[in-house]
Amino acid sequence: MSRKLAVYGGAGIILLILTLTICVGIGSVDLPIGDIASILLHHVPFIGDAISPSWSASAEQIIMKVRLPRVVLGMLVGASLAASGAAFQGVLRNPLADPFTLGVSSGASVGAALLIFFGLQYSVFGSWTLPAVAFVTGILTLLGVLRLARQGGKIPTHSLILAGIVMQSFFGAVVSFLAAMSKQTINEILFWTMGSLSMRGWSYTAILFPYFIAGFLFLWSRARTLNILALGERQAAHLGLNVERTKLSVLIVATVLTAGAVSVSGVIGFVGLVVPHMIRLIAGPDYRLIVPLSALGGGIFMIWADTAARFVLAPTDIPLGIVTAFVGAPFFAYLLVRHKQQQRGRGA
Amino acid sequence: MITVKNAAKAYDGQFVLEGVNWHINQGEWWGIIGPNGSGKSTLLHLISGTEKLTNGDISIQGKPISNYSRKELSRIVAVLQQDGVPQIHFPVRDVIEMGRFPYQDWLGREQQGYEEKDQLLNEIMSKLELDSIADRSVDELSGGQRQRVALGKVMAQEPQVLLLDEPTTYLDIRYQLQFMELVQKWRMDNGLTIIAVLHDLNLAAQFCDKLLVLKDGKAVSSGTPAEILTRDNIHSVFKVNPAIVAHPDSGVPQLLLKRKL
Repeated sequence: MSRKLAVYGGAGIILLILTLTICVGIGSVDLPIGDIASILLHHVPFIGDAISPSWSASAEQIIMKVRLPRVVLGMLVGASLAASGAAFQGVLRNPLADPFTLGVSSGASVGAALLIFFGLQYSVFGSWTLPAVAFVTGILTLLGVLRLARQGGKIPTHSLILAGIVMQSFFGAVVSFLAAMSKQTINEILFWTMGSLSMRGWSYTAILFPYFIAGFLFLWSRARTLNILALGERQAAHLGLNVERTKLSVLIVATVLTAGAVSVSGVIGFVGLVVPHMIRLIAGPDYRLIVPLSALGGGIFMIWADTAARFVLAPTDIPLGIVTAFVGAPFFAYLLVRHKQQQRGRGA
Repeated sequence: MITVKNAAKAYDGQFVLEGVNWHINQGEWWGIIGPNGSGKSTLLHLISGTEKLTNGDISIQGKPISNYSRKELSRIVAVLQQDGVPQIHFPVRDVIEMGRFPYQDWLGREQQGYEEKDQLLNEIMSKLELDSIADRSVDELSGGQRQRVALGKVMAQEPQVLLLDEPTTYLDIRYQLQFMELVQKWRMDNGLTIIAVLHDLNLAAQFCDKLLVLKDGKAVSSGTPAEILTRDNIHSVFKVNPAIVAHPDSGVPQLLLKRKL
């Protein structure tokens, strides 16, 4: 297991670093890749001092103030969504589960839509008002879903999924209503619900980073219990797992992690659904591999998706959720076809 | 080893098990028999601690099961169900290693160390003839192989009590016999205490020392297979009139069903 983790994890980290360097280089101003690498290395503690600046100050400004924060934020959002998605699929033992299954994204959208509709998005905490409110409404939705799904001290998986669907459709209707009633020429509500990473700056990254690390480490530490849960809830209990406590703690942490990502980036679908499946195809069913590799894969996937979002129709940004769905949905169809073929192969 | 006192279980006020008293000595192999819906599986769930008692109490080694932590209980009691392992994509060896879960801390470490665990797993694999399929994924195996993997998993759990819930339901006669003999061999090696819910009364008669009969949630009788499997008893519990013959090898009673039409 640990050798597999070292091989796949090492490959993933190399891929991530390459992705970072290349995607920082893509944009309206052309910068040579050698300069980018040197600028980035220059800012790494200890080894940075060995590199003497040979680039223009404006290049450094573009890299460090504009492109890098966006790329790093994308990485964190993608990693959060994909790691949460893996955890959701593990706990609910449902291949269609994703980080939004329990309605966090819809709850966050309602909060955001209400603020935008009434023009309050910069009211209380300045530019932090919108993410803060989206986060809180996302968490409140989670509590509502858990309450709705509860049956005599236990939370059965099927009623959890149903309660999530109920919340999603209800809040989806509220958001659509607010968007339809909005008189703005550029519909800000609609754009928020489609996700974006533009104009965020380092402060968002600084907040999301420790938050991501804490949530991710918790989910990773539960990976072995997710393997046990794959045997079914009753067998997991027979093996000494406290099933209800595990389910609840993993779902809550994964949802809170998702709420953090959604509140800064809006709703970006398919990453949390597709990336864990991709990883499963490559690395097998062991969650001790799936959780960390999904985080890596989600980060890489999101950086590329965001690069496409800002580059394909430059200078217009395509909403990020559209890009991920464009790539993610066909891939999911491919998975489905492959799964069918495998089933047939086994039957023969 | 296990004492059941006045045990009762109700779902929504409806009692499915009532006033069961039962004592199990160490090393005994008990069979629980009775018609569908008589509370057999419920009784097993109560002993395994996955369902909570409505009334009465059950103690294992003199200590009420509610006083055990979930992991402590799983180090003593293991359970094997009729679909022993679901069709998951994990390799055989990983699934058997899952049996070690109650001994592991949150990092997956065991007190006794890595090499001893490896040795234990190797012994189990060769005892159950699973070496050749160690790296195959469980969802590629036949039902008989999967049930052997399930047995390997509970062996890795190193329990003192094994609960079997209709473990031979999905197996053909060859694997039924093989499975029961593997369990018997394990019992002879380790002095294991076994409680098995069995539908096949002929298998029960051959392998169990004693039988407990449940009907409508109540324990109606208990004793050796020869005492329990009589025409009158079978008729009063199952409402059928079988022919009963002695097994040519061991002399235990065997049932032959008689058709009327």
